[in-house]
Parts: sequence; structure tokens; C-alpha cells
Amino acid sequence: MSPEVTLLVQSLVSGLLIGFVFSLLSVGLTLIFGVMDIVNFAHGEHLMLAMYLTFWMWYLWGIDPLLSLPVVAIALFILGVFTYKVLIKHVLDAPMLAQIFVTFGLMIFLRSLAQVLWSEDYRRIGDTWVSGRIEIFGIFIGLPQLVAAIGAVITTGVLYIFLKKTRTGWALEATAENKEVAGLMGIDTERMFALAWGLGLASVGVAGALLATFNPISPEVGAVFVLVTFVAVALGGFGSVPGAFVAGIIIGVVQVLGGFLWEPRFKTVLVYAIYLGVVFIRPQGLFGQR
Amino acid sequence: MRTSRWQIPALLALILFLIAFPYLFTQPFLQRTMILIIMWSVLGLAWNFLGGYAGQVSFGHAIFFGLGAYTSTYLFTEYGISPWLGMIAGAVVAVIVSAIIGWPSFRLAGHYFAIATIAAGEIFAIIFRNWKTVGGAVGIYIPIVRGDKLIDFQFHDSKIGYYYIILAMLGLAALTTYALERNRIGYYLKAIREDPDAARSLGINVTLYKMYAMALSAAFTAIVGTFYAQFVLYISPNTVFALNISIQMALVAILGGTGTLAGPIIGAAVLIPMAEYTRVYLGGRAGGLHLVVYGLLIMIISVYQPGGLMAIYKQWRQKETARKMQQVTDAAAAGKEG
Repeated sequence: MSPEVTLLVQSLVSGLLIGFVFSLLSVGLTLIFGVMDIVNFAHGEHLMLAMYLTFWMWYLWGIDPLLSLPVVAIALFILGVFTYKVLIKHVLDAPMLAQIFVTFGLMIFLRSLAQVLWSEDYRRIGDTWVSGRIEIFGIFIGLPQLVAAIGAVITTGVLYIFLKKTRTGWALEATAENKEVAGLMGIDTERMFALAWGLGLASVGVAGALLATFNPISPEVGAVFVLVTFVAVALGGFGSVPGAFVAGIIIGVVQVLGGFLWEPRFKTVLVYAIYLGVVFIRPQGLFGQR
Repeated sequence: MRTSRWQIPALLALILFLIAFPYLFTQPFLQRTMILIIMWSVLGLAWNFLGGYAGQVSFGHAIFFGLGAYTSTYLFTEYGISPWLGMIAGAVVAVIVSAIIGWPSFRLAGHYFAIATIAAGEIFAIIFRNWKTVGGAVGIYIPIVRGDKLIDFQFHDSKIGYYYIILAMLGLAALTTYALERNRIGYYLKAIREDPDAARSLGINVTLYKMYAMALSAAFTAIVGTFYAQFVLYISPNTVFALNISIQMALVAILGGTGTLAGPIIGAAVLIPMAEYTRVYLGGRAGGLHLVVYGLLIMIISVYQPGGLMAIYKQWRQKETARKMQQVTDAAAAGKEG
């Protein structure tokens, strides 16, 4: 292969790998939105918390990110249920402004709390079980990125099977479809809302633990990922899990290709332009219904 | 809201106090803080035109702030055009951009619109960071002009010149809000905020009126952007196009109470001193501390009283009135019996 082609394939592969992580993040966000029409503006900050949790467990007790992953996922699940009970529950019937502001306030609160507690410094997890890289046909693939992509695909798959194959999953989807009718059918919608928050944040927990193996950690880290996530969720159609999954991958690839073919500095502009383009032409997204 | 007997004298007293302030309090720190409070009041009022009255939550208003700052600064440093003219040019640019962003975005409702504004804001920040003609990421220093003349829009011997300029802007923004509340357009906007579909079925051109609100909002934001540039004498994409500017504009309005005249002013009067004092007394280490408190306040307010501090005040006043009425009737009843 000529060097240009190698570089192109290299970019495509890395775009695809990070795209899977975007997918997992987006699935978490879209799950919450689908079930109760609320956008979690603090989604990025929940990711940031997951990454810090992974970091501190590694830094203080030397626990490898792969080992702490289940702990982080469970912790974030609990945080999700807690957030629902303490905050979100109270604004379900409130005006839309209040719904936007509440998670927005949470975003500011968590981000600045992290700044106060842990400073603006960038932190990195040093050697982990997955450090290093492998070479296939002259293409280098970072092991942490590969593991993160595989982990993200597995988690998304498990979540999807849960939604499609279990009774609780059906109840969750029914609630998303129509909460009044679901309530009449004997589904405890209150429990479903809490579950959606728990699962949404647990996905973020998994993504955070996986990202922490190679991505620097700072209080601002959520801001970088959350915009991409919003774009993916809108692109896939708010509330659509398969849509979010596909959109995450598209965005990962577009971002890297944009950086490769155009200008690395403008790769995010391209992603936002896609968002604006999609919502203007097809406000319901690629897979959205309504 | 019904005006009570003491409201007009109280308002006059407040206006007199604001006019006399720089002579009553001469410490630079206090004057600076007051200038910032007023500046953020104007920004909150500007945000309120779109966010409060038309109900379109924007987290991208830094675009207009930055455009105002950059337009006047660029015209001044490159062509020597007075910042006063630059300010008007900046407002015009902001209005044009608001139409370009607004026209397609207003097809999006609620959350989608809020996210679209975040994305638009980030696009502008990235463009200006990489635009060499206007200084790229480094930004532009505004050359100092001595003499403290009003026409130069720079004051170095004392901050009083800045104080009265921003106070005049506050007056303008407050009067505009007052007029809007009593104008057909204001009623249309409130109708759109409460129920866009119903408003449309009544024959209101929803997109057009939202665009009016956004243009007004953008123009005022840009004017304050020019003020900020002249006040600080240095602008960069990271200061004037920052997401934090957009967030804080929304915050002062939300905290005080959206869709009211006094709300954004009260919000600024609470938030800005808090921010300034934590910045000065706690320094860089706890730089985000005031934001922690902001975040908490916003959450508490949206859960318990989405109307902000103004709504809490109104509730208290209603209770107070009810209590007094009760006392009067009780007294009357007691009088009859006795």
C-alpha cells in the first residue's frame, strides 16, 4: 500500500474505533431522552465523573481501569437513580424551561465542583493492562482504543438485547412510547424513569472507564464529548437506540476523515455542521419517527 | 403586576442611587464590581428578549457578544473608526447573523434549539480562533488612547466614564423591555412561548416574531460586547466567544426570573458580587467555587420555583397581602362582636 492509502486506512480505523465509544455515550443519552423527553445536559459531566472515579481508583489503590469498570458502572447507575429521584422527578410536569435548566444547573455544578476539588490539571492513567499497540498489515491500532471499542460494542449490544428481549426492557420501551397507556397497563412508570436514568448513566460509566485508559482527564473533558454526543443523538433521532449507535460511528469516521482530508483544527466544525444540517433538513433525525 | 404606593418612589430612589453611586463609593474595586453588575444586567435583559419572552433557550449568545466586540475593535485598530460607530456596525452584524442562525433554527423546538445554539456558538469560537486576520487565538489588544474623551470610548484616570455609559445602556435595555411588555409584539411573544401551535392558529407568524426577538436580543448583546472590549482593552476568542459568556447570560436571567423586567437585574445583582468576591478573596485555587453555588441555585430554583427569585418575591407578597387582608377582616369581625 502507498503511504497515503495507509494513512487513510489508519484514519478510518481510528475514527471507527472512537466512533464506537461515541455510540455508547449516545445510547445512554438517547435512552433517557426516549423514555421521558428530557435532555441530560450534564451527560458530559457524568462522563467526567466516571473518568475521575476510574483515575482515582487507579491512582490511590492501583486498580486497573478494566477491573474498576464494573464498579464505575454500578456507581454511575446509582448516581443516575439518585439524580432522577432528587432532581428530575420534580420537573417532569414543569415547563420546558425548568427541564432544560435543571440538568444545565447540574452540569455547571458538577463541572465547577470538579475544578474546585481536583483542579484544572490534566491527569493521565499511566500503564494499564491494555497499554501498547498492535500492527496489522502496516496499520497501527492502539490497544486501549481497540479495547474501548470492543467494550463499547458489547455494552451497547447487551443494552439492546435487554430492551428487546426482557420484560423489563419491553416495559421501558412501552413507557417511552406512551407513559399514560403504559401506566394503565400496570407498568410502574416511576420505576421505569429511574431505571432509564440508571441505565443511561451506567453506559456513561462504562464509556468513562474505557476512555480513561487513553484520554486525558480534566474537569472540562465532558464538554468535548457531550457535544459530539448531542450531535449523534440528533443525527440518529432522539430516542432511537440503533440510530444513536449508527450515528456515533458515522461521526467518529467523519471527524477523523475531516481532519485528514481538510484541517484537523476544523474537524469539530464539520461535526457541528452535520448536526445543524441534519436537524434542519430532517429534524427527527435519521432513525427518528414522529 | 399591580404597582403599589411605594413602588414609584422606590424606583426613583434606586435610579438616583445608581446615578450617584460613583461619587458615593470611590474605591476602584466597588466601582468595577458595580460596572460588571450593570453590564451583566444588560446582558441578562438582552438574553431575556429571546429566552424569557419568546421562550427560546439560547446557550449561544456569546456569538453576538463576540461579534460586537470584534467588529468595533477591528474597525478601530485597522481603520481608526470610532468604537461608537463600530458599536453600531457590530449590532448590525449581530442582527444579520441572528437572522442567518434564527431562520433555520426556529423550526426546532425546545431542546433541539438549545443544542443547536451550543453547536453554533462552538463553530464561531473555532472560526475566530483560527482566523488570522483578526488575531487568531491570540486576539487583539486595543491601543490605549489618553485623554479620557467620551468620543474615544476609553477612560483611564477613573472608571466613571465607563460607569455612565453602561448605566445608559441599562436604561435603554430596561425601557425597551418595559415597552415590549406593553406592546403587541410582547403579547405575541408570550403567546408563542406558552403555546406555539395555538399562537400559529391565531394567525401569528411564529418564526417572524421569534426572529424579531432574536434580533433585538442580538443587537443589545453586541452593544455590550463593544463596551466590554473598550472596558478591558483586550479581546480573544477564549474570552468573548466563550461558552461561559453564553451560560452566564442565561444564568442571570434564570436566577432572577425569566420573562420579567426586574428578574435579570436582580439575578446579576446576586450573582456578580458573589463571583467577584470569591474571585478576589479565594483567588485562582477556588476559582470555580461561585459556579458551584450557581449550579446549586439553578437546580434548586428549577425544581422548586422555575419562575426565579422574582416569582419567590411575588409569592411572598401575595401571602403578605392575604395575611393583612385577614387581619383587617378579623379586626372588623372583632369590632362587630365588641
